[in-house]
Amino acid sequence: MDNTNIYTALYQENKELLQSLSPDFLVKLREDAMQHFIQKGFPGKKDESYKYTYLEPYFNNGYNKYLSPKNIQFDVNEIFHCDVPKLDTHVILLVNGFYFDAANPLKTLPGDVIVGSFAQAVKEYPELVAKYLGKYTSGDSFVALNTAFSRDGIFLYVPKGKVVEKPIQVINVLISDEELMVQHRNLVILEPNSQARVVVCDHTLSPNKFLTNAVTEVYLGENATFDHFKVQNEHNDSVQVSHTYFYQDKASSLRTSTITLHGGLVRNNLNIKLDGEGAECHAFGLFVTDQAQHVDNSVFVDHAKPNCTSNQLFKGILDDQSNGAFAGRILVDRDSQKTAAYQRNSNILLSDEAKMDSKPQLEIYADDVKCSHGATVGQLDEDALFYLRARGISEREAKLMLMYAFAYEIIDEIKIEPLHVRMADLIERRLRGDLTRCNNCAVNCG
Amino acid sequence: MNETNDNILNEVTQGDYKYGFVTDIDTETIPKGLNEDVVRLISAKKNEPEFMLEWRLKAFRHWQTLTMPTWAHLTIPEISYQDIIYYAAPKQQAKYASLDEVDPELLETFDKLGIPLNERNHLAGVAVDAVMDSISVKTTFRETLAEKGIIFCSMSEAIREHPDLVKKYLGSVVPSTDNFFAALNSAVFSDGSFCYVPKGIRCPMELSTYFRINAANTGQFERTLLIADEGAYVSYLEGCTAPQRDENQLHAAVVELVAMENAEIKYSTVQNWYPGNKEGKGGIYNFVTKRGICKGANSKISWTQVETGSAITWKYPSCILRGDNSSAEFYSVAVTNNHQQADTGTKMIHIGKNTRSRIVSKGISAGLSNNSYRGLVKVTRGAENARNFSQCDSLLLGSKCGSHTFPYLEVDNKTAKVEHEATTSKIGEDQIFYCNQRGISTEDAVGLIVNGYAREVLNQLPMEFAVEAQKLLAISLEGSVG
Repeated sequence: MDNTNIYTALYQENKELLQSLSPDFLVKLREDAMQHFIQKGFPGKKDESYKYTYLEPYFNNGYNKYLSPKNIQFDVNEIFHCDVPKLDTHVILLVNGFYFDAANPLKTLPGDVIVGSFAQAVKEYPELVAKYLGKYTSGDSFVALNTAFSRDGIFLYVPKGKVVEKPIQVINVLISDEELMVQHRNLVILEPNSQARVVVCDHTLSPNKFLTNAVTEVYLGENATFDHFKVQNEHNDSVQVSHTYFYQDKASSLRTSTITLHGGLVRNNLNIKLDGEGAECHAFGLFVTDQAQHVDNSVFVDHAKPNCTSNQLFKGILDDQSNGAFAGRILVDRDSQKTAAYQRNSNILLSDEAKMDSKPQLEIYADDVKCSHGATVGQLDEDALFYLRARGISEREAKLMLMYAFAYEIIDEIKIEPLHVRMADLIERRLRGDLTRCNNCAVNCG
Repeated sequence: MNETNDNILNEVTQGDYKYGFVTDIDTETIPKGLNEDVVRLISAKKNEPEFMLEWRLKAFRHWQTLTMPTWAHLTIPEISYQDIIYYAAPKQQAKYASLDEVDPELLETFDKLGIPLNERNHLAGVAVDAVMDSISVKTTFRETLAEKGIIFCSMSEAIREHPDLVKKYLGSVVPSTDNFFAALNSAVFSDGSFCYVPKGIRCPMELSTYFRINAANTGQFERTLLIADEGAYVSYLEGCTAPQRDENQLHAAVVELVAMENAEIKYSTVQNWYPGNKEGKGGIYNFVTKRGICKGANSKISWTQVETGSAITWKYPSCILRGDNSSAEFYSVAVTNNHQQADTGTKMIHIGKNTRSRIVSKGISAGLSNNSYRGLVKVTRGAENARNFSQCDSLLLGSKCGSHTFPYLEVDNKTAKVEHEATTSKIGEDQIFYCNQRGISTEDAVGLIVNGYAREVLNQLPMEFAVEAQKLLAISLEGSVG
């Protein structure tokens, strides 16, 4: 199969438009990315990093691809009709990958924090964007594709020493009357000693097929703190390929959680580079799948400097014919002494047809390190089930309790209190099968 | 780690290779290079029946369509397959009827290696098949074994004398088309050991093959086939050494194990090929395909390996758990030092119901070496109640070595329980301190800790060899205390 041509043709057709809208540095980035993509093509069936998720067939001609926002009619109030109770946030809306509030593309929050449209930031702050954009992304074909085509997304800049008090909530809405492909690009820059929290939720508002190929880059300066939380709740006909890159300088601290409630095919690539002494990161992931869903989490943590700490915990609950995959790679570079790196992947299979593939990897070139990983695939504990049954709890309830307890380890890591309560509630309803499709923003369901 | 410790470390890891001598003996070789004529020539030299030649040619033709795989975490210099001599045999051919006819030089060689071929001086109850370069020199205790109906002989003999058994089982576990090196081996293999233990027989002694590379510029391609029929038990050990040379030599072997209903096979390897010198020059490339099948119900296969030699090791002794209630074990200690590289591990394929597997892998890397564990645990849809536990620990001695873990878990059945855990660390300063405080020198302390670390695996070896393996471990690590 070769779908590369579709995108080379699309690039040629829109070359002038893309160039007219991009400053020089971006024109060059796009050109290089396209060359790289043409050379490399889509990862094949045997490609080690996409071993369990073969994506090329989805990148076909069946989706409409727009490089400028299309006018979509819908009721904004419908989306915001209820917030997470007591969660006070700055809300940003992306519709089909484009910043929604066209009249007000860049906002300044207290403390000279800039937040808004990525496209607008490219126009207004080309130097700032040029300094960071694409500096630490990998040679992944999908990322190259995104670099070549992506026009808009979210931009966040937190100046030195500033703290964004309220979480920033990004809502990705997919709504269309035709099959649609969306590629957006998000850039987050945290200057030294700054702090921010971002909550992202993805959801689909129309039953059409969607294909998302998104890239997010986050740069944490010295001593910066970033809390990132993502809820994926798209319908079962959607395909999402999401890449997130975190670059961490000295003593910076990162927490990132990805919770996948629904989605047809989801592939999350999480890349963390610890490039300053004393940096630490905590990465969490949870997915609950049923029917024919497929969720693949791929994590790469690079300990490039000494004295860094990383911690990963990824869990999955799989029912029906669903497929899950996990690949976690920890790389400890030659001089990264005193590294502490942990990784755990646990999965529960509920049905005969569910399948889980797990691939935890350690690649270590320094000796004074403490690294460990563990992976398990199993089922609910018979003894625990019996204990509950013996106390008069029905089998269904007992199973739910055990699954909920299994998932709670991840939810417990959510440090934004109202969100924690909300997610706990959502997960419970998801496990009960009450949360069939998101009606609204994932954190607003209900 | 401070300087004194580094010095001790160096001392401990820089032991010399004891088996690097060359035996001066007339060797019959064929010209370098590989083509169909060479395959025919090898087959003719061994007086093989027609079916074997066909089998070899088929493998050779398939091999020509393949390219060497590159997925391992290894840096392998390009190998020129036309520069290798594919057949070398000590002259004086023919199988020796009695020990008196064996070239005394040869006897001395094996004596020096600690493998006496004289049955009176035998290693306590071990039957040995000694293989020098491409041919089997002598198989001891054949008569004793034959009384019980056990066939233990060289592969070439087996092909001539038991063609039915060979035809039935050769390639049944590792097909000639399995992979690049298996195809190469199938085309040019020269000898190896064959063993068949009949129904209900418990093999009374340890069986062993000792492989020795002697001739220069040659590759060694041997093939081992072990069959344990219903209810049989056999414990098997292989050892290997090679002379110290500047050029690299290729060793591409295939080992197949077949365990029928209620049978048990225990296969142990103490691999001590020449690892190259301290600058990484020379040494053996050890690219081996080993696989066993638990064919019948309640069968068991256990692999134990102590890997200390070879410049590059690339092998994955695997098990296919076909029979219901069958079980498999893999115990491994892999030590790499200086410029050595190892990418080793196992595959456990669960097909039958209630199958169990256990993996214990201990990697120790020192010097500038790289040591990887790579393993697959696959539970197929029909494998109800499969159980696996894997533990892979790595110990790093020195700051310039690398240690890697690449496990794959593929689970397709909800009743399966699969667990994997791995740790990587160096020897704790507190552990060393504890020993020092009790009057144990740092050097001894490291030896103690490494031995304790590897004990779980060493305990699985037959007694006679456990001692040898422990010494080997100490020698391989000589000069690397940290």
